[in-house]
Parts: sequence; C-alpha cells; structure tokens
Amino acid sequence: MPATSIAEELAKKQREISVSEFFERNKQILGYDSPTKALLTVVKEGVDNSLDAAADADILPDILVEVRKVDKDEFLVVVEDNGPGIVKKEVPNVFGRLLYGSRFHARAQSRGQQGLGISGAVMYGQLTTGKATKITSKVEEEDTAYFIELILDTKKNLPSKVREDRVVWERAHGTRVEIPLKGRYIGGKQSIFEYLKATAIVNPHARITFKPPEGDSTVFERATEEMPPKTKEIPPHPHGIELGTLMQMMKETKSYKLSSFLEEEFVRVSARVAKEICDAAGIDPDTKPKSLGLEQAKALHEAMQGAKLMSPPTDCLSPIGERLIKKGLKNVLGNLRPEFYAPPVTRDPSVYSGNPFQVEVGIVFGGDLPPDQPVEVLRFANRVPLMYQAGGCALTQAVGHVDWRRYGLEQRGGEGLPFGPAIVLVHVCSTKVPYTSEAKEAVATVDEIMEELDLALKESGRRLKTHLTKKAHRAKTREKFEIVQLILPRIAEKSAKIVNKKVPVLDATITKIMGVVWIDETIAYDRKQKRHTVTVNVHNFTDAGKKLNLHVLLPRGIAAKSFDPKPAEVRDDGKITWELKRIDSVSKASVSFLLEGLDEAEYDESDLYVSEINPALVIGAEPLPGDWELNYAEFETEETAAPAEAEEEGEIDYDETEEALDDE
Amino acid sequence: MSKKAKGGGAPASNKAVEALYGIAENIYEELDHGQVPKMKIPLRTKANIRFDSKHSVWKYGNLMGVRSAKKLKGALMLLRTMYVLEFIQDMINTSKSSTLREMYYISEGWDVAKFHSQDESNLLAEDLEVITQLLREDFKLRPEESGASVIGNLTLEEITRNGERKRINCRDDVGDAGYTIPYNIEKEKVKFVDADAKFVLAMETGGMFDRLVENGFDDDGKCILVHLKGQPSRSTRRLLKRLNEELKLPCAVFTDGDPWSFRIHASVAYGAIKTAHISEYLATPTAEFVGITASDILNYDLPTDVLTPRDVAALNAELSDPRFNDEFWRNEIQTMLQINKKAEQQALAKYGLDYVTDTYLPEKLGPLGLM
Repeated sequence: MPATSIAEELAKKQREISVSEFFERNKQILGYDSPTKALLTVVKEGVDNSLDAAADADILPDILVEVRKVDKDEFLVVVEDNGPGIVKKEVPNVFGRLLYGSRFHARAQSRGQQGLGISGAVMYGQLTTGKATKITSKVEEEDTAYFIELILDTKKNLPSKVREDRVVWERAHGTRVEIPLKGRYIGGKQSIFEYLKATAIVNPHARITFKPPEGDSTVFERATEEMPPKTKEIPPHPHGIELGTLMQMMKETKSYKLSSFLEEEFVRVSARVAKEICDAAGIDPDTKPKSLGLEQAKALHEAMQGAKLMSPPTDCLSPIGERLIKKGLKNVLGNLRPEFYAPPVTRDPSVYSGNPFQVEVGIVFGGDLPPDQPVEVLRFANRVPLMYQAGGCALTQAVGHVDWRRYGLEQRGGEGLPFGPAIVLVHVCSTKVPYTSEAKEAVATVDEIMEELDLALKESGRRLKTHLTKKAHRAKTREKFEIVQLILPRIAEKSAKIVNKKVPVLDATITKIMGVVWIDETIAYDRKQKRHTVTVNVHNFTDAGKKLNLHVLLPRGIAAKSFDPKPAEVRDDGKITWELKRIDSVSKASVSFLLEGLDEAEYDESDLYVSEINPALVIGAEPLPGDWELNYAEFETEETAAPAEAEEEGEIDYDETEEALDDE
Repeated sequence: MSKKAKGGGAPASNKAVEALYGIAENIYEELDHGQVPKMKIPLRTKANIRFDSKHSVWKYGNLMGVRSAKKLKGALMLLRTMYVLEFIQDMINTSKSSTLREMYYISEGWDVAKFHSQDESNLLAEDLEVITQLLREDFKLRPEESGASVIGNLTLEEITRNGERKRINCRDDVGDAGYTIPYNIEKEKVKFVDADAKFVLAMETGGMFDRLVENGFDDDGKCILVHLKGQPSRSTRRLLKRLNEELKLPCAVFTDGDPWSFRIHASVAYGAIKTAHISEYLATPTAEFVGITASDILNYDLPTDVLTPRDVAALNAELSDPRFNDEFWRNEIQTMLQINKKAEQQALAKYGLDYVTDTYLPEKLGPLGLM
C-alpha cells in the first residue's frame, strides 16, 4: 500500500492548488499514462458508474459501450445505461467535479471508492482534445431528458456549462455520456473487448453491448435476472483506519466528545472500548475531536490499532457467489466449449487490518483453450476486472505460489504461472481493497489475503484434479468398454461362424479384460419440465459378485428427490448413500434421482464415492474419505498414483512395434 | 509363386482353408474357455531379422509379438482378421480372387472393423502369410500393381489370359517400354526359353532405364535391363531371383545415391524386412550394388541435394540395421552423413548423355567382371 493515500495528499494540498491541477500533474497514477490505457480507463470509469448506478436503483443493467474513431488519434467514447438517471442539478457535479460523491468514507464494497472516476475521464478528454463532454440523463419522473455540454474549471474544481437543453429521449430513464479524447485503440489481452468480457463474467446480471470503431457489435447477454445482493454500509473499523482519514473524520464529525466520536463513527467500539482507547492514547475522552493536533491524532491512531476489538461485520461484502461465477463463466466462455468448469470456491469472509474481505476462485478447463500456453488469470477486485500490472498483483502471485503439478497442470519447478488449457478467475472483494497504487491496477500482497487466496486456489485445484483423475480413468475404461461391448462380441460371432459352432459366452473373458467395477453417471434433461434425471450405473466387470455402498455427493446448493431405489441415508450436506445389494459378475445395478427446476447447464455431475469395497477395483468413483464427518471440502486427497496396469510378463505388443516397414 | 508349387501335396486352397480355419478355431477356443483371445506373430522388425546362412538371405528370427484383445488396437486387428478370414473363405468357395486394394474397399462394409488405410489391410494380409506360412496368392489375394519392365535379349514363354503359350523376345517383340512383368511370374505362368546376356542390370528410375535403352546399352553391354520402379514389387524381385537362379545371370543394382536407394538394394539382395518370411524366394544374395555411393558423389563431383531430416533419420536407422552391418555400407552411410549430401543417378548427365554408358557403368561393372 502507498505510504500516504491520495486522499491525504489531496486533503493536504487542497488549499494550495486545485484538485484539478493535482490530477493534471498526477494523471499517470490514475490510469492515463498512455493513449492506449487512457482509452480503456475512460471506458472503465463510464461502465463502473453505470453498474453502480443500476445497483443503487435495483435495476438490471443494460449498458451500451461505443468507441468511435473521430480522427487519427481522437476517439469518442459513448457509455449509455438504463440506470435511474441523475437529477438535473447533480449532473454537473457528478461529471464536472473531482472527488465529488458520497462514497469517500463509506465502508461498503463498491467499485468507485475515491470519486475521481468519471469526472477524471471528462477532464482527461478535455485536456487532450480541448472539447467538452456531452451528458444526457433522464429520470423516470420527467418526460424529457436533460442534456448538457460541460467542461471542468481545473483551477476551481468546478463544472462549467457550455450548453444545456431539454431533449426527447426514448428511454424511460438512464444516462448517456459522450467523452472525446486522444487515445489509441488496440486488440489483445488489454483491450476494451477483453475488459468488457471480463466485466460480463463477474456481472452475469448485466447485459453489455460493445460497438467497436470497426466491425460488428458484440452483445454479452444477461445470464441471470438475479441482482447481486445489496451491500450494507458500515462505519469503519478502528483497525483499518488510516491517519489521514481519521483526521478528516475528526474534522467533519458532529460529535463534541472524542469518546462518543469513537463510539458512534466506528464499528465494534463500545463505550468501554472508547474509554480504553482514549486512556491508551493519553487523551481526555471529553476532548473535542476537532481540537486534536497532529501529535495527539497520531497517539489516538496508535491506540486504536492496539485495541482489542471484535472483527468487523462482513455482511457489507458482495461476493459473486459460487453459482453465479459458474453462470457468468459459462455464459461468456461457452463458445470455447470448455470440458470442465471446476465448481467455484467462495471462501468465508475474513478480515485484514480491520477491513473485511472475501476471495473467490473459479477454474475453467479444456475445450478449445490452448494447451501449451500459461493459464490465463482473470483478476477482479470488487467485481472490476484488473487489466494491468499482472506481475505485481497479489492475485497473480497467489496463483504462482500454488504447486499446480499436484492438480494436473504443468508448472516448471512447481511455481510461477502453470501451463495448460485453463482460465483461473480470482476475485477479491472488500470494503477496502488494498491496491498497490491509486491507479487500482493491482492488489497488494497482504498476508491475510494471500492466505485466503491460497486456500481458495488449492481447493479449486483439488476440484480440477478430481475431474482430471476421473477423466483419465474413464478414458482407459472407455477403451476397454469398447472392446468388451463392441468388438469382442463380434469376434465371437465371426469366429463361431467360421468354425461353425455356437457363439461362446463371453463373461469370463470380459471380466479378464475389465477386472473392475465401473461406475458412471448419465444425465437426461427434460427442457419442458426443467428436470434432470440422473442415473448412476454400477457395472460389475469382476469375476465375482460384489456388494458395496455408493455415495453420491450433489454439488452445493442442489437438492434431489424421487430416489430410486430408496437410499439408506440422505444428508443435509448433499450426500446420498445407497447400500447396494450384491451385484453378480458381469451385471449391473442402477440408482436414479431427479433434480427439479434447474437450467440444463446448472448441473454437470456429482462426486461419486464408494465404501465397503476395495477401492482399487473401482473406476469412476473415489474411496469415501475416512474423515468425511470433519469437513469433506478441506479433505486433502492423497495423490497416490493409480497402480500401473500389469503387463503380462515378457509380452511384446505386436501392434505397438512402430517400426517403419517402408523398405518394400 | 507359391511354396506348394515346389513341394506339391494338397492343393493350395485346401491348405489355405485349413490354415485359416485353424486361426479362427484358436480364437474361438480361447473365448469358449473364458480366455482373452490373442495371436502370436513373429515380430516384423529389424530387431528380429537373422541371417539365414543356408539361403544367404535375412529372415525373421524367433522374437514373437502378441496381438491381444486386451488392447483396443489388438482387439480391432483380431476382429479384422476374422472378417478377412471369412472373406477369403468365401472367395475360395466361389473360386474368386481379389486385389489387395479391393479387399481394402470391401472392408467399408465391416463397420468398426473397417481398415483406415490400405497399408493396414496389406499388413494384415502379410500377417496371415507369416502365421500360416502360405502366400497371399493362396488366399486369392493379389497385388493390383503390375511389375516393372524388362528390355534385353531374353526369350520367354508366357501363358496368356486365353491359356495360350506366347513366346516373347524382350528385345525384338516389345516396344520402347519393354516387357511388363506380370504379378504372377512363377514357372507355371512364365518360362524362360533362352537369354543372350552376360548379366542383369536393375535400375531404380525410369529416366535411367530409358537412357540406357536409348544408348543401346543392352546390346553394347550384353545385359538385360530391368526397371525396378522404386522399391521393387515382389514379382520384380522374384524375376531377378529366377534369372539369377535358373539362367545363372549375375545381377547388378543401379540406383540413386540416397538412403532409400540403399534400402532398394537391400531388399533385392538381402531380403526386405516386410517380407523376410519369404526372403529365400525373393532375394538375390549375389546381387552387386553399382548405384551412386557417397564416395561416387565425391569422386565424380556430382551435383547434389542436401539431406533432409528424414534422410538423416533413415541413414541413422540403417546404421542399426543388421543387413547394412558390413564395412562397405558402414563407410558409405557414415560418409553420406558427413558430407550431408545425396545425388540422383541421372546427375551423371552433368558430363553428357553418354557418360553413364561410356564411363560410369564400365568403371563400376569392369571390376566385377561384368564388362
């Protein structure tokens, strides 16, 4: 984290120079240090604004982003939304004044935190083109929209109207901003397209349309009608407060006594704790907060950090959630036909320096993803895609710290970005994301966050590994399945015909080739009824009858019904157990159940486990972990290699002697 | 060209029917006894060829491979074998025959057992030869390609498709393309009557064959010219073998100077790996190599091409091929690797169209006592 936050910086300098000038001098830290980045930043500020406005008003966002080429290096960025609109008198302030906005001290998770966002974009446009920004906004109560062309007075940090009007707009409500600027339009990893794609993944409730300077529009359709839960605003926690912010709060507070200031404007501070803090700082609790000098403020700040306090409440966070991460990923990445979406992991909230935070990880694997490239890491902070500074970002580093070789990806030396056909989504949300700089391009490596990231990534990795192990087993077994089901019966039939005898019974041969109990899951979906019928087949391909317990663990949050046959146990954690009757050699048993009301894509597979049977004989299900009762999700599966298939001694496979017989 | 023709005894079709029945019966019995069906086949690799001093050719050794239904590929090949057996049985019963290519197309109707390339079906036909010690002709399978061409003062009698004996002189009764070797070149089909020649010269390329014909080298050199058409077919090699055995004509092989040409010579003189089960019928152990060597490239200062990676790999493979394990070949192969160059036999035209017949061949054949 930077030694002094920009807020402090601004607070200090506000008297000497205008914030606008300050911005002008520091535009590099605010994401305007190259023409390419500037164009993306302007789009980003516009989209952030639109998403926040829609969230505040409980509206499912429908956002249009258009980048128009005006001249060789001049562009017009248009961002239009269906948000609530802004009342006329606030429009100039929102777009034409830096640091305007009410989020500054709020301790709720939000996209923009420092109020430099959209007005910064307006100023950049003005600085590079000399042109004004046009805003159209309509609130539902009014029949016409308010239109204004404005520029910023960079000395006074005040908006200055160029022209205003009332116009007819077909939208019921919404805002449209048109910012002219010098920039450079590029494709690739850090393009506007990629940014919007990533935004669509973590905002599956939004519909986003992108019109590039050339070529066709892309629409990222809405994947769910479900709004993200509203975030609550909470007062700051004493452990997380910075000195500058504390001083600002003391200056603005309506409290007359320090003790009541602490009690009322911070969370988790009781009257007793407030007194303890004041005592520790050596300041009279009755002191007027406004009257504290710098030294006293420092002492107070120190005392606050040392106080024993409960952690802040965490219901102020808005994680995307496991279900919606998957929906978002499927919706946007579906055209890559990934073979596997690892069930996403959303960790429980945790706290660093008094700031609640929460991490989430999702992994997409296989399909058309390139198998020989480093995995793509999609980084998000408070649902905002991070496009720059990947190397210096805690999210990337956390991915590199995991030994992915254990989870089936290639990785040189067990650290650094792994290679393989995978995309890893990492999201950190917090009331205060610790960025490495004011440009909010990368998350700083804070111990508590790194730890949570590590746990989340490893859990995702285990889910991927389970899938890959299952897949490898299945491929091997499928081949044998093909032999015994498709080829062997024909060999029998043909040879019997040639020697003119009756077709032999193949059971014994089949068990010799297979020698396993094979378990597979088949899913049928009824679109009309929105119903999955899940069948788990247990084929006994061993040479003796087998008895076993089959455990099906449904993905989190999914419940089943209409079990057939009746299971021995159905647990709240989604585990269903059948105690199967003896299955004869070369026959099968099946169990089935229904899932009601899910979209087809919402269910892929369950985890299958077996017990009361030698697990080495079973393919398609894992042995039931012995410590199931503790916590199945944390259970570290032992990565034991499957026993190598015993080759018959000294036998050379005639068909594997791949020698070129090309000398005739 | 079948062994029974030499040994007499039961008609080939009976033997073939029995042999094929035996294969199917083994598979059937294994299945009936609950075993995983498999076939044991001598390995057809360079690691499994041994020198047969009785015939002075290279034949398969004792290494056996197993084709088992435990593996998908093995199971598929076993199923294909069953289909092929049934197909051959039908042909024998109905007195039909087919080309290898026709069998490949017939397999279109075999569903999962269908062949994916003609190489696969040809290999299976050879597998059956190796297992049953019969020839594919016994199974009513014949190659679709005709043999190569012959020009020279050789008189032979061929039984035509009308069943008549036709006497042909391969110099006077043929056009510039020469006499075409039929796929069946056994005695019952083609008899040698007479030859006025000191030796047989076998050429790799058609261009060189035409050059020697135009230059009248068959007359001047008193030899029979045979065009190998690249890797020679069984019938071409069988013809060379018969000319050598029955008419006592020495054989010289004239090829390009590259690794593939060395293999052409090896298949003529030592026996091909693919057909090592019948090397004693196909190989001419006394055949001499008069093709372009690496030393020739240097000595004659021939125009060259750079070796491709495939060429280099082929040369290295030859270094571990027992058939090339003598001083001459080791030197030539290593020299070629060193100079990293190859040359075509027609590169000799650098010195004029007559250079090959006036200079090169006399220099090569002279020391062999052939000119």
